[in-house]
Amino acid sequence: MALVELENVFKIYQVGDEEIRALDDVSLKIESGEFISIIGPSGSGKSTLMHLLGCLDTPTSGKITLDGIEIQNASSMELAAIRNRKIGFVFQSFNLLPKLNVAQNVEVPMIYAGVSAKERRERTMEALKKVDLENRAKHRPMQLSGGQQQRVAIARALINQPRIIFADEPTGNLDTHTGENILNLFRELSQQGSTIVLVTHNPEIAAVTPRRIEIRDGKISFTEDDRLAGTSLNK
Amino acid sequence: MMGIILGVASLVGMSALVKGMENGMREAMQAIGGIEKVSVIQQELPPNQSHLSDQVVGITMSDVEALKKNATLTKLITPEMNLGRGGVVSRGKKVFRPWNISGTWPNALDMNVHKIEHGRMFNEIDDDLARNVCVIGTEVRDQLFGTFEETGKDIIPIGEEININGQLFTIIGMFTRYESEKQKKEREYQLANPSPERLGPERRTGWGRGGPGGFAFMLKNSTIYMPLNTMWLKFRASAGTNNIPDPTLSTLNIRISSVEELEAALQQARNVMMSTHFAMEDFTFRTQENWDENIRAQVNNYRWSGGIIAAISLIVGGIGIMNIMFASITERIREIGVRKAVGATTFAIFIQILIESIVVAIIGGILGVFVSYGLVELLKILIPTDNEPVITLWAVVVSFCFSVLVGLMAGIQPAIKAAKLDPIEALRYD
Repeated sequence: MALVELENVFKIYQVGDEEIRALDDVSLKIESGEFISIIGPSGSGKSTLMHLLGCLDTPTSGKITLDGIEIQNASSMELAAIRNRKIGFVFQSFNLLPKLNVAQNVEVPMIYAGVSAKERRERTMEALKKVDLENRAKHRPMQLSGGQQQRVAIARALINQPRIIFADEPTGNLDTHTGENILNLFRELSQQGSTIVLVTHNPEIAAVTPRRIEIRDGKISFTEDDRLAGTSLNK
Repeated sequence: MMGIILGVASLVGMSALVKGMENGMREAMQAIGGIEKVSVIQQELPPNQSHLSDQVVGITMSDVEALKKNATLTKLITPEMNLGRGGVVSRGKKVFRPWNISGTWPNALDMNVHKIEHGRMFNEIDDDLARNVCVIGTEVRDQLFGTFEETGKDIIPIGEEININGQLFTIIGMFTRYESEKQKKEREYQLANPSPERLGPERRTGWGRGGPGGFAFMLKNSTIYMPLNTMWLKFRASAGTNNIPDPTLSTLNIRISSVEELEAALQQARNVMMSTHFAMEDFTFRTQENWDENIRAQVNNYRWSGGIIAAISLIVGGIGIMNIMFASITERIREIGVRKAVGATTFAIFIQILIESIVVAIIGGILGVFVSYGLVELLKILIPTDNEPVITLWAVVVSFCFSVLVGLMAGIQPAIKAAKLDPIEALRYD
C-alpha cells in the first residue's frame, strides 16, 4: 500500500458568494521512500495540497490516507499527533524559534512527543551531526547563516523519524550555491530511505527529484517520472 | 507586572498596618490584665430577692477564702479595697488625686500586670503588720516630685514620705512607666524633635495622646498600692459598724487559667459564692469579652475594607498581565504556528501561554513581597509615632497566592486565543 494516498480530494473555499476550488478532484499516490516534487505557479493549489498532505488542514471532501490512517475526519488533536510523529516540515523561511538555541529548536518536536530529557539530548546531537552542525548546538538561529538555519530546520524535521518530510520552497530564501547544498542534503536523506516531498515553483529545483507533479488550477496537470525512462503519463 | 508588584505590596502593607493596629489595641487589654482576668463586682439583688436587701453581706474576705479553697479553675485571687475618688495624696504643697488608691495583696502585681522598676513590692509581713508603706505609679511621682521634662532627671522617690488622706506613708517601690508602643514612640519622637515653643499665654492643648486604649495606661500609671490590712485598718475604721472596720471589698479579681474554660470557671466561682452569700445573688462578673470582640470586629472590618481595595489593584495588575500576554502572542503568532506544525496540540499551546502568564505573576508576586518590606519600612519612617506595622507570614502567603490566581485568570483568555490559531494562517503570518 502507498504511504500517502489521495482519492478524489476537493478543497473548496467560500469567499462571499464565490466558490474557489483550491483543489479540484485530486488523486495521488506517494510510495514510501520516494523523492517527489510538487511544482506549480503561485495560486495553483500546491500549497493547499501540501497543507492537506501535511495534516495541517482537512479536505472538503475526498479521502486522504497517510501511513494507513484516514485523516479526512481526524480531530485537531489527532492531526497534531500525526504531524508530530509521522511528518516533518521544512519551510522557506526556516521558521526556527528565535529565542531558543539550535539544540533547543531541534528538541521541540520531541517535547510534544513526550521524549525524556536524556534521550532528547542524545537524539538532538545525533540529528545535528547528520546535518554537520553539532558544533553550533548552543548558537541562536540569528547567529547562523541561512543555509545553516535551514539545516537546523531539517534536523528538526528529522528528529522524530517521520514517515514523510515536506519541504516548502526550502531553497527559496537561499543563494544558488547554498540551495544546491540543501538539495544535496535532501538527496542524501532520500538515498538513506526518507520519503521527501519538495514543493516549489521552480522547475530547475524540481528537476533534482525523480518524480514531478505539476499542479495547475487545483488539478494535477502533469506527472513526470524519470524512473519510467522519460515517459510522461498525462501528455 | 508593575501592577502585580504594587498590588501584592499594597495587600501585604495594608495587612501589616492592620496588624500593627491590632497589636496596639490588644496592648491596652493586656495592660489591664488580659481576657483571663475577671472582676467580681457587687450588684443590686435581683427583684425576686429584693426583700432580703438588708441582709446582704457584700463581697468579703470570706469569699476570697472560699474561692481559694473551692474554685479550682481559678488561678489567682486578688482582693482589693479602694479609696475611690475620695483619695488625696500630698507632699509639701503639691496635691494630687490619683485614679486608684488600693489596699491589696502582693499578688496584685501579677493580677494587674504591674512591674516594679525601683524598690520593692510590699510583702505578707507588711500586710500582717498593716504597715504604712506604699508602691506608686510614675504619674504619682510626676505629680508630687516633678516630671522628667520639668526637673531634667528621673526622680526615684524610694524612702520618701507622702501623705495619703492624712496618714504618712513611706514609698517603698515604684512601678515602671506604662505606655503603649505608640505612646512610647510619640514620647521618644517628642524628645528627639521638641515642638517649637508656643507664643502667647500658657494653655492646655488637648486631651493628651496615645490613641484608643491610651487611657488604660494613663490610669495604670496613676495608681497607689498599699497592703490590704493597712487600707482596712487605717481607712475603713470609721466606715464600719459594730466597732470593726467595714470588711467589704471594693473589687475581687480572679484570673482563670484559660479563655476556653471561661464559662466553666465562672459557673464554678458563682456556685462557691452563692454558698458564702447564702443564695443571695448580690454579685456579678465582669469580663473583657466585649472588648476582645470589639477588637476582633474592628480588625476584621479594616482587614476586609483594606483587603478589597488592595485586591482591586491586584486585579488591575492582572489586566496588565492579560495585555502583556495578548501583545506577546501577537508577536509570536508564527512561533505558535511552527509549534503546531511540529505537533503541539491545542491544549499544549493553551498550557504554555497559561504557564507563561502565571510565571509573570509569580515573579511579580515575589518582587511584590520584597517591595512590601520596603513599603513597611517607608511607612515606619513616614509615621514614626504610630503603631509599628507588622508583616505576617500569613499575609505574605495569601497575597502571593492571590497574585498567582490573578495571573492564572489573566492568562486564560490569551491562552484560548493562542490555542485557537489556525496553524496555516499562523505560519503565513508576518
